[in-house]
Amino acid sequence: MLPIVEWRKATPGPPGIDGRVTADWLVTFLRDELVERRGIGRAVVGLSGGVDSAVTAFLCARALGAASVFAIRMPYKTSHPSSLSDAQLVIDALNLPSRTIDISAAVDGYLQYESDADARRRGNVMARERMLVLFDQSAKLKALPIGTGNKTERLLGYFTWHADDTPPVNPIGDLFKSQVWELARYLKVPRPLIEKAPTADLRANQTDEGDLGISYARADAILAQILLGYSDAQMVEHGFPQKDVALVRGRIDATHWKRHLPTTAMLSSTAINEFYLRPVDY
Amino acid sequence: MSETVRLRAALVQTKPAKGQYARNLAEAGAAFAQLAGNSPDLVLLPEAALTGYFLEGAVYDLALSATRFAGDLARVWREAGGQRVDLAAGFFENDGGTYYNSAIYVEIEPKSERIVHLHRKMFLPTYGVFDEERFLSRGHRLGVFKTRFGEAALLICEDAWHSIVPAIAAVKGARILIVPSASPGRGIEGAGDGELESVARWREMLRLAALEHGVYVLYAGLTGFEGGKGMTGSSSVIDPWGRIVVQAPPSEACIVRADLDLREVDLARASLPLLGDLAGALPDLLLDDELPLARTKYHAADR
Repeated sequence: MLPIVEWRKATPGPPGIDGRVTADWLVTFLRDELVERRGIGRAVVGLSGGVDSAVTAFLCARALGAASVFAIRMPYKTSHPSSLSDAQLVIDALNLPSRTIDISAAVDGYLQYESDADARRRGNVMARERMLVLFDQSAKLKALPIGTGNKTERLLGYFTWHADDTPPVNPIGDLFKSQVWELARYLKVPRPLIEKAPTADLRANQTDEGDLGISYARADAILAQILLGYSDAQMVEHGFPQKDVALVRGRIDATHWKRHLPTTAMLSSTAINEFYLRPVDY
Repeated sequence: MSETVRLRAALVQTKPAKGQYARNLAEAGAAFAQLAGNSPDLVLLPEAALTGYFLEGAVYDLALSATRFAGDLARVWREAGGQRVDLAAGFFENDGGTYYNSAIYVEIEPKSERIVHLHRKMFLPTYGVFDEERFLSRGHRLGVFKTRFGEAALLICEDAWHSIVPAIAAVKGARILIVPSASPGRGIEGAGDGELESVARWREMLRLAALEHGVYVLYAGLTGFEGGKGMTGSSSVIDPWGRIVVQAPPSEACIVRADLDLREVDLARASLPLLGDLAGALPDLLLDDELPLARTKYHAADR
């Protein structure tokens, strides 16, 4: 009898990373993009208490030095207290200059006229207010706002358009959430931020995975397959439940618009970004 | 046997400021000045060495004639105090209103320079992040040309990704493959064994080309980030045994130097005579009626 060497196909897990290669590459990116190209050696990062902004702050501190990374905490009156205290763990771990700016008065200043606003609208107002603060602090501190959106939420459309996605530079936008966690472990981000359930913290007891209806690990594994071109039927063959595949595919397909600039009517053969094509760094 | 036994090579891994040709040319001059005290025989710069790679429509602002580009390089080389040298570099070419991704091989003398060879990139990546054929025309000819170090071929970036291209260059007589490149890095999942996967893939493909055909490979990679896309540098020299002689880091402008013994080509080919076998069998492979080769030979303008 000959031994049989057989390939057993397992359901794919979420994509991983080489932490050192990724961190080094992103630190180089931040230095090139901020210091060399834009001549700005300072960054401002909104620290939510979550792992995405923590990783971003750790990368910025490595690239620019901690003294040049301004951490801004922007709680709303309903924000969970742990969001503030977890953000403080990052500030303390890196010894970042920091400030806390409560957005409650600004947000309520508008929402007092919109008493029928549901949780979704209220959340969007908070997200946009935070970006307003971040950009104003950017102008004040002469520091570039750094984006903290990851690839998973960008693909699922799980963000407020022209709010979370607004900063001109984002080091982690091509990393799935699972990869952000792995990078966080490599960078030694404080453990509570890695271990807690991710949340937008726009309303009480909210979690990302509860909102999305799928775990990040499963969503990332499916997203990685979709991006490589696998059909839904193939993914089901690979062992993913049909309902999860349909959920992820549906969210991607419904949110292409959120990953683009506004749609502009073309009238000429010199339309910007259609005929007149110049790279961002030209 | 080649005319000269030793080749002192210098690869200048440039990190150009996007679109700022004059500034980047001056920086190349500063690198040349660093070399002048111990002058190399051959200097190689990457693809799009003095403009940056991702130019989109700005390629039409920045493309130059081959003569102008050669003249500029020769001038800064002389101003830097350099002696006689051969110099190869990639640039965007404007040939009377037709635009190419090109590289030249120039012999620079104290008072004159001569373009020995002009290669126009044949394989223009136009997929994913790449969009070359939207803006550029492709070259139609793989030339092998005579240098004082023996026969050489220029392959620009994706030209070297098709294993048949180094194979044909070697069968046509090339002993040195000169590869200017601009490779945006990608692949972080760990398959690159401590490097980006695209860097590891590049090295593996070049190493196999060197090993199979018994050629030296000189690879100059562009470095620096362009709109979030980081060029992977990693300029390297690979010997005809397939060994990495030297490899630069991915992310910094630098100069790579290596003194090569060109007799290694003959020794490697004697030890592993695959190239001779290929030369014998290649006509049978290429003249196979089942191959879809019913195409024109090559573009007249390229001859």
